[in-house]
Amino acid sequence: MSSEHTHDAHHEGSYLTPAGGVWATIKQWAFTVDHKKLGVMYMTSVLILFFIGGMAALGVRLELWEPVRVQVTQTVNDQGETVETRTVTGQLFNAGKVQPVPVLDEQGNPVLDDEGNPVFRNELVKNLNTGNETYNRLFTLHGAIMVFMVIIPSIPAALGNFFLPIMLGAKDVAFPRLNLLSWYIYVFGSIFAIASVLAGGVDTGWTFYTPYSTTTDADHWRVVFMILGAFILGFSSILTGLNFIVTVHKLRAPGMGWFDMPLFVWAIYATAIIQVLATPVIGVTLLLLTMERILHIGIFDPRLGGDPVLFQHFFWFYSHPVVYVMILPGFGILSELLTVHSHKRIFGYRAVAYASMGIAAVSFIVWGHHMFTAEGELAAVVFSALTFLVAIPTGVKMFNWIATLYKGSIEINTPMFYGLAVLFLFAIGGLTGLPLATLATDMHLHDSYFVVAHFHYTMMGGTIIAFVGGIFHWWPKMFGRMYNDRLALTGAVLVFIGFNVTFFTQFFLGTQGMPRRYASYVDEFQTLHQISTVGSWILLAGFLIEAAALIQSLINGPKAPPNPWGGLTLEWTTESPPIEHNFHHEPIIKHGPYDFDCVVPPHWDPKDYPLEEGAAERAAAAH
Amino acid sequence: MSTISTDKGERTPLWQRITHAHHFRSHDEEFDACKIGMWLFLTTEILLFSGFFCAYAIYRTMYPEAFQGGSHHLDWRWGSLNTSILLLSSFTMALSIRNAQLNQQFWVKFNLLFTAFCGILFAVIKFALEYGPKWSQGKRPGALYDYPNPSHPSEPIWWSVYYVATGTHLLHVLVGVAVILVIFYRATRGMYGPRHYTGIEITGLYWHLVDLIWIFLFPLLYLIH
Repeated sequence: MSSEHTHDAHHEGSYLTPAGGVWATIKQWAFTVDHKKLGVMYMTSVLILFFIGGMAALGVRLELWEPVRVQVTQTVNDQGETVETRTVTGQLFNAGKVQPVPVLDEQGNPVLDDEGNPVFRNELVKNLNTGNETYNRLFTLHGAIMVFMVIIPSIPAALGNFFLPIMLGAKDVAFPRLNLLSWYIYVFGSIFAIASVLAGGVDTGWTFYTPYSTTTDADHWRVVFMILGAFILGFSSILTGLNFIVTVHKLRAPGMGWFDMPLFVWAIYATAIIQVLATPVIGVTLLLLTMERILHIGIFDPRLGGDPVLFQHFFWFYSHPVVYVMILPGFGILSELLTVHSHKRIFGYRAVAYASMGIAAVSFIVWGHHMFTAEGELAAVVFSALTFLVAIPTGVKMFNWIATLYKGSIEINTPMFYGLAVLFLFAIGGLTGLPLATLATDMHLHDSYFVVAHFHYTMMGGTIIAFVGGIFHWWPKMFGRMYNDRLALTGAVLVFIGFNVTFFTQFFLGTQGMPRRYASYVDEFQTLHQISTVGSWILLAGFLIEAAALIQSLINGPKAPPNPWGGLTLEWTTESPPIEHNFHHEPIIKHGPYDFDCVVPPHWDPKDYPLEEGAAERAAAAH
Repeated sequence: MSTISTDKGERTPLWQRITHAHHFRSHDEEFDACKIGMWLFLTTEILLFSGFFCAYAIYRTMYPEAFQGGSHHLDWRWGSLNTSILLLSSFTMALSIRNAQLNQQFWVKFNLLFTAFCGILFAVIKFALEYGPKWSQGKRPGALYDYPNPSHPSEPIWWSVYYVATGTHLLHVLVGVAVILVIFYRATRGMYGPRHYTGIEITGLYWHLVDLIWIFLFPLLYLIH
């Protein structure tokens, strides 16, 4: 290889080796072009934002503990007049709003200044609206952070960055400096969005529908900040996707054909295609929305002849494909978890790989199912029919995973538990999507808690749980330390229980008619809402235990072997943690990623892994 | 990410001393990767502009009179001049790649500088002869529209589409000019030659796309009858 001269002693050390001195180490990380360091940086920022977004969600659930009620009490004062006092109950987050209030004298008449104008003073006013606005801001904050800053970058940018090049046998992604740039863009965009929250928050909902997003807080810049934040985050997403596509095309190790790639890579590849093809459309949409707010160009404003529904079309043309940006990487992780921890060849490798591409293709023609109530009848029928297509490749994947488990030697450890949890939760999440795609049932379920429960089962039960499972699967590789599996498994069980308690109740709430995004509800819903809120606390406890298990592992976890689970993909051939250039020598692929029946896992003793007669020949023949 | 080898003498031209980045196996692989990367980026650009074309199609169908009336305020002669300037600049851009392949160092620099000059000329004509006078006459987008005789009540929408689409295109021209000037500076240091011209090649791809988008915008906006 022509780059032998760069292989000095420094590059043979772990990528975590500090540069010497605190300042030098900070500089080493801040200007790194190493995909592994960038993966860790992404993971850290995503987890911090996950914590913030999670706190907002807990706030939302806490607010829903009681319905908001206005109580009118009548008292008789000393003059014998009946006085009404109105008190608001059931609002936890009524921060109030500072407003000018006329100053009154003792008789209750307004005080006038020298020119005869009433005198005002600023006072903290708490009324029904200010509390409800706080609630609106909280759920918008939760949605925007979780979608744009957590779920979209979580698996591709954090785990994908770290493992995609290693799984391909490459030294780095194709454009390492672009990779660093996209991390900075991500941080910059997140700062923009958080700035808008610090300036008072946005209450448009994460979808920024016009005219909410063009008229609320019209005198204020914070909505523009939030929109620009999402716009900037889109750039980061595009650059990451572009980098991954080129890496997969050009940097596969010798001997690795397209169908020798691990399924995680296939999933990230399909994701990257959607990122590159869909994100520019949200870019132009948010650009037009910003223009609409700043210059009032009228493209989405009916007063000037514009069409607000056009915004919805533009928005969902991106945002529907993007839900597959969120879930496909989760599917990829699931394929790894289920095969490695059951030591079983994946059932139907090509079918799973093609299903990823199939989902990516279908994702572009179903956006109209978000707008059944805003588009014509014919369009609704067409989009409903197209939406059912998504179920086919997804079903192929589900059946293949279950067939993979059949007769496998399943080990229930933390990553595998998360894998099985995803299988269970996503089955519910996916199947509850069908009544939403069916026009007749959707008329009833539209914009209800059923939708909320459905997308939490897919987005959180599918993606976030898979992300956490992926972290536990690859943690020993990333940091070279094992964690306490019993502690982590306890946390995982709590997460699973808490998740179901929180969100399964919401299916009932939705079918009974509880609309989404409301701060209050009728009394009959209170029990279910309270069960859901208690569930959110169990979920919190589970995640805190997981965090403790990981922190404890970093402090005094036992050293991890290179291949703790017996995986066959390339990341398990290198050291834990990997060296600066990933591999001492460029790897050459001699077996498939899931040939558990005929290949002894790297770094394992063949005595511990008895193979059947003629396995080696079969392995050679299969490749 | 290319690294500059110091093994060879200082007198060797820079482009001969540049080797490929360490994570690529060969120079050709790096060149291919950069080209795929640029093509993907161009795809995102096309999709970005597709939003404007989509908005254009919808509003032109809704308000054909407003679009016709608005279009008559644009002077097709300035539009054609700008089209020719961009076409010429695309030609010189392509020439500079050829010059690099043939190691004609002076002409590489000349053609790059000429391309950048055409880009600046385009921007000057756009600002000084089109945006400036129209804006001051009150032909502005959306709610800012303040022209006494609109051809149609929805003419402000036409101006919104016009300003946003051409403005975004103009921004792309200016970014292109900046990139070409960086490439020009590198060319003066002798970085481009027969074996190493990746930078010019991918900048050229971008510049041709900017040109192509204008070729679609020009008839759609200026030549409505």
